[in-house]
Amino acid sequence: MPMPALWKKLVRDLARLWAQATAIALVLAAGIAILLTTFGMFRALDATRAAYYERNRFADVFASVRRAPMSIIPEIEGLDGVLAVEARVAGLATLDLPGRKRPAIGRIVSLPPGGTPRLNVPVVRAGRLPDPSGRDEVAVNSRFADANGFRPGDRFTANLNGRKRELLITGIVLSPEFIYAIGPGMLMPDNAGYGILWMPHREAAAAFDLSGAFNDLSVQLATGANPQDVIAALDRLLAPYGATGAHDRSRQLSNSFIEAELTQLKGSSMLLPPIFFAIAAFLVNMVMARLVTLERPQIGLLKAIGYTNREIALHYLMLAILVAVVGIIIGWAAGTWLARGLTRLYAQFFTFPFLIYAVPAGTYVVAAVLAVAAAAAGALRATLQAARLPPAVAMAPPAPPRFRRTLLEPVFRRLHVSQPMRMVLRGILRWPIRSTLTMLGYALAVAVLVATRFFYDSLDLLLDATFYQTNRQDVTLVLADALPETAALAEAQRLPGVLAVEGTRSTPVELVSGNRAKRLGIEARRPGATLSRVLDRDGRPVTPPKGGLLLTERVARQLGVGAGDTVEVRFLSGRREVHLVTVSGISRQFIGLGAFMDFDALHRVLREGARVTALHVSVDNRALDAFYRAVKDMPKVTAVLSLRESLRTFRDTIRKNVVIMNTVNLVIAFLITFGVAYNQARIQLSERSRELASLRILGFTRAEVSTILVGETLILVLVAQPFGWLIGSAIAEALARNSESDLYTIPAVLEPHTFAFASLVVILLAIFTVAIVRRRLDRLDLVTAMKTRE
Amino acid sequence: MRDVGPDPVFTTQDLRKVYDTGTRKVVALDGVDLKVYAAEFTVLLGPSGSGKSTLLNILGGLDRPTSGRVLFRDLDLTALDDRGLTEYRRRHVGFVFQFYNLVPSLTARENVQLVTDVSPDPMPADEALELVGLGERMDHFPAELSGGEQQRVAIARAIAKRPEVLLCDEPTGALDSHTGVQVLSVLDSINARLGTTTVVITHNAAIERMAHRVFHFSDGKVRESYTNPNRARPEEISW
Ligand SMILES: Nc1ncnc2c1ncn2[C@@H]1O[C@H](COP(=O)(O)OP(=O)(O)OP(=O)(O)O)[C@@H](O)[C@H]1O
Ligand SMILES: [Mg+2]
Repeated sequence: MPMPALWKKLVRDLARLWAQATAIALVLAAGIAILLTTFGMFRALDATRAAYYERNRFADVFASVRRAPMSIIPEIEGLDGVLAVEARVAGLATLDLPGRKRPAIGRIVSLPPGGTPRLNVPVVRAGRLPDPSGRDEVAVNSRFADANGFRPGDRFTANLNGRKRELLITGIVLSPEFIYAIGPGMLMPDNAGYGILWMPHREAAAAFDLSGAFNDLSVQLATGANPQDVIAALDRLLAPYGATGAHDRSRQLSNSFIEAELTQLKGSSMLLPPIFFAIAAFLVNMVMARLVTLERPQIGLLKAIGYTNREIALHYLMLAILVAVVGIIIGWAAGTWLARGLTRLYAQFFTFPFLIYAVPAGTYVVAAVLAVAAAAAGALRATLQAARLPPAVAMAPPAPPRFRRTLLEPVFRRLHVSQPMRMVLRGILRWPIRSTLTMLGYALAVAVLVATRFFYDSLDLLLDATFYQTNRQDVTLVLADALPETAALAEAQRLPGVLAVEGTRSTPVELVSGNRAKRLGIEARRPGATLSRVLDRDGRPVTPPKGGLLLTERVARQLGVGAGDTVEVRFLSGRREVHLVTVSGISRQFIGLGAFMDFDALHRVLREGARVTALHVSVDNRALDAFYRAVKDMPKVTAVLSLRESLRTFRDTIRKNVVIMNTVNLVIAFLITFGVAYNQARIQLSERSRELASLRILGFTRAEVSTILVGETLILVLVAQPFGWLIGSAIAEALARNSESDLYTIPAVLEPHTFAFASLVVILLAIFTVAIVRRRLDRLDLVTAMKTRE
Repeated sequence: MRDVGPDPVFTTQDLRKVYDTGTRKVVALDGVDLKVYAAEFTVLLGPSGSGKSTLLNILGGLDRPTSGRVLFRDLDLTALDDRGLTEYRRRHVGFVFQFYNLVPSLTARENVQLVTDVSPDPMPADEALELVGLGERMDHFPAELSGGEQQRVAIARAIAKRPEVLLCDEPTGALDSHTGVQVLSVLDSINARLGTTTVVITHNAAIERMAHRVFHFSDGKVRESYTNPNRARPEEISW
């Protein structure tokens, strides 16, 4: 049976509209590819992580204590819901690596006497785990090894609780516990400067004076056990041993980073593809509306012949769907390729021992359905219009569009608006829906750009506030313990090159307000501290008042409290007392969570003498090497943080993300602007070709006639700007709010140059696009244009 | 000359059509009672705006009267809903329009197939085109055909479904005299050979000479109707 004639019309229409059809198909393809990529990556990462956790028995609940005897382990194992327990010794050590001036930080994790851990089982990549009875042997995490060029057999020096030891690397391992390895006080992973060292239990215990005891606990839950119950039970049981509170995976650092990454991926897969699909729907709408208007006589004819409304609607719908099908095929192919490549990159980044990659078939189906739905939705209006067209009206030659005298007429006269300009303005008012949609298209393009560019200013503010206003020290020395203030400061003063030292006391607490609770560290410094400061909401340094608590905005919001409210402070160390403290103010801090108290006030509450847990130091640049050498030998220093280094890694990491996002959004904005401007101009041209030809015959110049074509675009794109700025600002605020996590938040900083950039790009691109179409005007054949009946 | 059977295909009763343009009402048909008989060649004449097209559209099921009744044989067109009218057009009616209304993206043959695809008992598209003398030009697109050829494609398309009635609104309106005659001969021969009831609107009084029956319209009313005892052959007509 031969192809029905109506199908042939469909195919030829598609061929005739190939340029517009291709543009739309590509937009759809982009949406599909991004959906497959982001969702595929999300699924791969999620599945890989789950399998990794499962196979390597990643613990469910974690707790740390000061010192608890091994003898309580059976009691913990006996708790309801506990399946397995691993008690370890954990601690920090300053590392002196060959060829590295600045001390690195090592995190010691003990291996059980039996050799292989029961929980958080490492995967040995090279070499072997240390011999349980061997001496000075460690296994290190593979990123640390890679970054420093270590291989099994290499050695480095560690300052273990004051004793210098030369350690032998026996193996290089991966661990589900440290997929993302972030050192204490670090903002981003620093692979060379932070290593995980697996060490036999006997040796680790000896090094940290924990023989017969442990300070780190991992617990695996029985299926169906409620983690909250187990956590509560553990907290009760461990309280006498200096517990800082058990927690589940959500507060395990590596896991929470991956979680954040996954959330972001999922967010992208939810946010970006719909934008592309919406653009496609919008373009389909423009093209189809035009087509149906043009084909009125043909639609009437089909109805006269006896085609049903449904058949005619379907005919036009199929056109849109065929475009979608082309987009789907391209999108599937591109998406598969991209997802595969990017997932592999990701797996390297996260150092998984294996990769489970499979974009579920369902995702392909969903992407295709969404694309078809977008195209169909775009075609809906035109399709219904075609179906509703009364057959008799369709047969009559179309009446010239009725131009009404508008309120603008007197304005035209008063302002001596030229005839071509009047034609433009009446044209815009003649099709209000179309004009509005077109205008909104431009506004969306501007908005997308605004919502991207603001990140640069936001990052500047964030970095300035964090590194130049708040943390002005060069180095922070994290102490092993809370040490008496005077002695610690004096000792630091004696280090080479030290210009200034300030002590800070940090103590773990749980803040409770109503049924909301938040665990964090309260920090206290002496009033007048100039190196590490707290800023208020306007960026001015503030000192926490004697009796109150300063909370960062995010903490205050999460607890649902404001200045003047009272929160319950449950101290998680020392005497573990509970106090009611008034929130005296809100501070601004973009990185990390914070709560601040007066130095003396905190110590009064703690009933302790003045002690410090970290020292902020300003160091003479020329003496930095000597300073680092000296610090490497200080027994009480467990970590040396270089703020400059943090700034650099933070910038590098963020910049990469921002560049990717910027590129994606720039492409989106280009697609929207080009798609809208091109279609608008083409429609203009075909609607007005007679009119324009008449004008040319009447003696108007090409330039004058072009004004009419370019004029409408120009007016709509200009009107769109303020709307674009508004929508863009709203999106920026939403994005900023969305970026908020316990790790950091990005402020929405909207500067005039951001708006200017967005407007400039969209306006120039729109004009450029119309200029392409305008060239057809030069080729306008006056005779044919006058002959075509429309 | 053929017997004029007393068999009415269309019967209209007090047909009125009022267009409400918002500002004013236009009475396009003002009480039309007429009968169109089977196998006849009927011509509607009248000045511009007298309601001819309006009547033809209603007879063809493209439009509905404001009041009155239209019967197609025993079928009350005024009682049909949209779906019913579509079905009626699909089964029984062939249209020819002044401006041909060919689908520009389809060849002559494909334009005819557009109809044969949905008709219950069509003739092959090629045969219909042979009938209008376009056997040679079947694979040409409308843009490659002259006005008269395009109109003949339109006729082929209308007759391909073997309609009982053929409704033509100024089929020669856009054509010169010579080409117009060609088109008229085609219509005449279809009427003669297939016995298709044919209604033709025209401004051209010369054409009335080839009709079995003529209705004169003015101001939405039938002013005059008569039958032609001696029909002229199309070739004898010129304008
Ligand atoms: N859709 C419409 N809306 C309003 N008025 C209409 C409409 N269609 C026709 N009319 C009016 O109805 C009257 C009859 O129109 P119709 O098209 O039937 O005339 P006609 O006899 O076919 O004229 P012509 O020979 O010029 O084609 C005219 O006055 C016309 O203006
Ligand atoms: Mg007419």
